[in-house]
Amino acid sequence: MAAALLDTRDLSMHFGGVKAVRNVNFTLAEGELRCLIGPNGAGKSTFFKMLTGQLEPTRGQVLFRGQDISRAHAHQIARLGIGIKTQVPSVFDGLSVRDNIWLAASRLNSKERARRLVDEMLERIGLVDAAERLVGQLAHGQRQWVELGLVLSTDPELILLDEPAAGMTHEEVLKTAALVREINRSKALIVVEHDMQFIRMIAKQVTVFNQGSVLVEDTVDNIMRNPQVRDIYLGKQAAA
Amino acid sequence: MNGRSLNILGLVLVSVTGLAFMLLTPQLAELDTVLDLTVYMIMAVLALSLALIWGFGGILCFGQSAFFGLGAYTYAIAMFNIGESTLPFLLAIILPAAFAALLGYFMFYGRISDVYLGVITLTVTLILFNSVNSTAGPEFHIGTARLGGFNGIPGIPPLNWPFNKTAAIDLEGMFYLATGSLLATYFGLRLLLASQFGRIIVGIRENERRAELLGYDPRAYKLATFTIGGALAGFAGCLFANWGNFVSPTIFGLAQSAQIIIWVIVGGRGTLIGPVIGCIGIQWLSAALGANQPSGGSDLWSKIFANAPLILGVILIAFVLLVPKGLVPTLGDIGLSLVRRRRAREQRGFEPQQAE
Repeated sequence: MAAALLDTRDLSMHFGGVKAVRNVNFTLAEGELRCLIGPNGAGKSTFFKMLTGQLEPTRGQVLFRGQDISRAHAHQIARLGIGIKTQVPSVFDGLSVRDNIWLAASRLNSKERARRLVDEMLERIGLVDAAERLVGQLAHGQRQWVELGLVLSTDPELILLDEPAAGMTHEEVLKTAALVREINRSKALIVVEHDMQFIRMIAKQVTVFNQGSVLVEDTVDNIMRNPQVRDIYLGKQAAA
Repeated sequence: MNGRSLNILGLVLVSVTGLAFMLLTPQLAELDTVLDLTVYMIMAVLALSLALIWGFGGILCFGQSAFFGLGAYTYAIAMFNIGESTLPFLLAIILPAAFAALLGYFMFYGRISDVYLGVITLTVTLILFNSVNSTAGPEFHIGTARLGGFNGIPGIPPLNWPFNKTAAIDLEGMFYLATGSLLATYFGLRLLLASQFGRIIVGIRENERRAELLGYDPRAYKLATFTIGGALAGFAGCLFANWGNFVSPTIFGLAQSAQIIIWVIVGGRGTLIGPVIGCIGIQWLSAALGANQPSGGSDLWSKIFANAPLILGVILIAFVLLVPKGLVPTLGDIGLSLVRRRRAREQRGFEPQQAE
């Protein structure tokens, strides 16, 4: 087994009396692609926020390549090599697409190189024609691409994607799945998603969150056959 | 015409107008006009300090007058003690900058939210006002300089050429210095904002969390921006103390603090030329209204027009409600949409209207 890239130990987050995440022990190998599923409120986004330093865990540890990052600042964790695409696109709305990507690329690269990388990234996310437009004026799907471009431009080791296919057309979903697989050739990823079709396209291993803890961890096929998993999803559907 | 060529056009326009203004005014205008214009130039430097930290850094600071006053008082006190202006001049920049750095450190690293940041900076300004205001007695002095309390400090010696005490600046020289300083500040800030640092602080203004997740520490960038703003305001304060050879605690007052913010709101956040125009325009208007004091006329209208604060208040409210982006960005928007409309017409209106 490859060495662990990410390791959480008894990771917990309490908001007052609400235990959003409870004693999560989660391990991700170098280069692995893992999907995270679970009904709304299962603690997936809170889990991501603890991994990226946006929330300080109430208890427990996050180890990234053996280094304890549970109390590090968000910018320090980003510098160590964890990038995140949030659920609601978090981008620089008042700046052009090009300036957005440039801000991400310029931290690690010289001016000349950053400029070239920006052009490459615009090509890769398919926004060459929209390069000079303000991100705030773009459609939701395009904003998702911009954010993905931001994350990729910082060249992280581990990429967290929170619902990357949400609100996308079928065509865009296919494109996103292809991109995720391509990214996974060189990087590790954790992907939160609801769309089982999308998950089938990208993942081998799936971790199921429910009520703040890990319910089960298995291959995609086994997870889809798992009656417990069906129950929590059907329960959610029945309630909705 | 696109954004880039508009940008260059603006730069050329400012350079030519600025240089022509600086060189021609003393030849063409009366001395008292030159004196009035000098103080406009000094205040415009102060306006630029807030344009940087609020308009680009996103930090709403009510305390620029604190750094401004600190610069003026530092220069005055150091001048009485030293007598040669090189060191006092530098101190008038360094001390406010250091004070801004200290205050900023606690605010930004303490993760104070935007609203409280406004409250704290305003409070600091008023504390300075009250403290300095109550130092009228002879027991309050720093070295040989008496603080003078509410009476202020009169007779401040003027700047001289660096290390040459005998070559003091005259009134015309002061105009050149103030205008040159304004131009230098403007172009310096343009360079700063075009640099990586400048683009990052704008990014932080747009989305602090995202900047953080990309690996930038917003606290450090905000602190640096705030400190530069403090240094600039201190520099303007030093010039101001030279202009009137006098400082008093009203420099820290609420009216002064509010005015700087009005300049920036009227001129437009997110631009540099806007606050300069806002500052000069509002000051000119205040002076014009003040000069309009009714000597005999006591009818309602002349009373209202002579009430400068009232008029300024109305202008502020009008801008906040009707032109919230400020003069320059709004004019820019109108210009761009005219260009776009003409381009669309040239393409025979074939394209469907783009949804914005």
